[in-house]
Amino acid sequence: MRNYLVLRVAAKIVVPFMLLFALYVQFHGDFGPGGGFQAGVILAAAFVFFALIFGLPTTRRLVPDRLVETGIAAGVLVYAGVGFIGLLLGGNYLDYFVLDRDPAHGQHRGIFWVEVGVCLTVSSVMLKIFYMFAGRRRREDDA
Amino acid sequence: MMAVIAAAIVIQRNLFAVVVLGGIYSFLMATALVALDAVDVAMTEASVGAGISTVLLLGALHLVRGDEAKPLGRPWLPLAVSIAVGGVLVYGTLGLPAFSDPEAPIHKHVAPRYINESLKETGVPNVVTAVLASYRGYDTLGETTVVFTAGIGVIALLRQRKRKDRDRR
Amino acid sequence: MSALGHFSYWVTIFLLVAGLFIVIARGNLVKKLIGLSIFQTSVYLLYIAPGKLIGGTAPIVGTGITVYSNPLPHVLILTAIVVGIATLALGLALVVRIRESYGSVEEDEILRAEEAALRDEAT
Repeated sequence: MRNYLVLRVAAKIVVPFMLLFALYVQFHGDFGPGGGFQAGVILAAAFVFFALIFGLPTTRRLVPDRLVETGIAAGVLVYAGVGFIGLLLGGNYLDYFVLDRDPAHGQHRGIFWVEVGVCLTVSSVMLKIFYMFAGRRRREDDA
Repeated sequence: MMAVIAAAIVIQRNLFAVVVLGGIYSFLMATALVALDAVDVAMTEASVGAGISTVLLLGALHLVRGDEAKPLGRPWLPLAVSIAVGGVLVYGTLGLPAFSDPEAPIHKHVAPRYINESLKETGVPNVVTAVLASYRGYDTLGETTVVFTAGIGVIALLRQRKRKDRDRR
Repeated sequence: MSALGHFSYWVTIFLLVAGLFIVIARGNLVKKLIGLSIFQTSVYLLYIAPGKLIGGTAPIVGTGITVYSNPLPHVLILTAIVVGIATLALGLALVVRIRESYGSVEEDEILRAEEAALRDEAT
């Protein structure tokens, strides 16, 4: 689909907004609908869209496999790490009240980091899955 | 409307059409969820169901290709089983509280506490986010781990063959 | 106990039965997975629908609003959707592998191939 000028231009315009919207959903999730899961999926969708228009190799160069795989693990680690920080600061596991002197602030901070972790994992997993499916070539010999 | 789409999915045998219908179905489901005041869920369903899963299914279809074969036997037995299950379930609903009944047990248990206290306790107006990340933090950690594991599983399943391909070449 | 009061349950049940039928009756593995996801969406409805209160709004605390729909099922289903797509992808990956080793995604053809392979081994 590389040769369709309209698609290329449209994608160039739309993709940044999709990324921006994903970030908005991520950080505005406290006040409106949104959060890590949705933001992760939208983020992944933006890259998938980009890959559909500009081709998989371009996207793979832009977001290398290594980075995506790191993201998968890092998200879970961030989430679990927030729990351990709570533990180290003398609270229970995943206890956000101890993260700040003001308990409500602590909660806010905890939720923020947890959502970051969720977003990382979800977007990386989705993107990785897409890479895996799109990267395989259909084998004709066994058909 | 959704019922019609579902029925079409049942009948249609071209898998490509089924996937497209699945996308439409997801959007309708998202609309229904907005109508049911579940905006967070609707957002997820629209982006996941209509976006990612359609792309994934198309990608998988590209790999497996094809039309569905004609079913061998006549589907009377599965149909009978399905209808029987449906009948039993409809009978079961007669004992459930009616739609939007404020006295239903679901509104009496922990929900009022979440709604009334979460702003004070977490400083986050979106109750869904508060419950997701804070009150049910363990659940969400588990879910994240499941997503993680599924991703690892896909990598494990699909990567190995690639290396073999390279060896052959 | 009016028909209207239970309509949402019946829609749910119809979708569930449709999904169940696809899973049982169709031999194509991809179709089966799609049926499974229809089944899954019916469960979303089953959870979300009872949480709604007519006259209420989405559970985002604002001023002047007193009635909210129940946030708990939203949380559960929100995560269930994302987990659902992840497991769907896993299933599809399995299907792709099956297709590569058997050359088919039809259940009966796979079974036949398997039996043939067993017979070959025996002889």
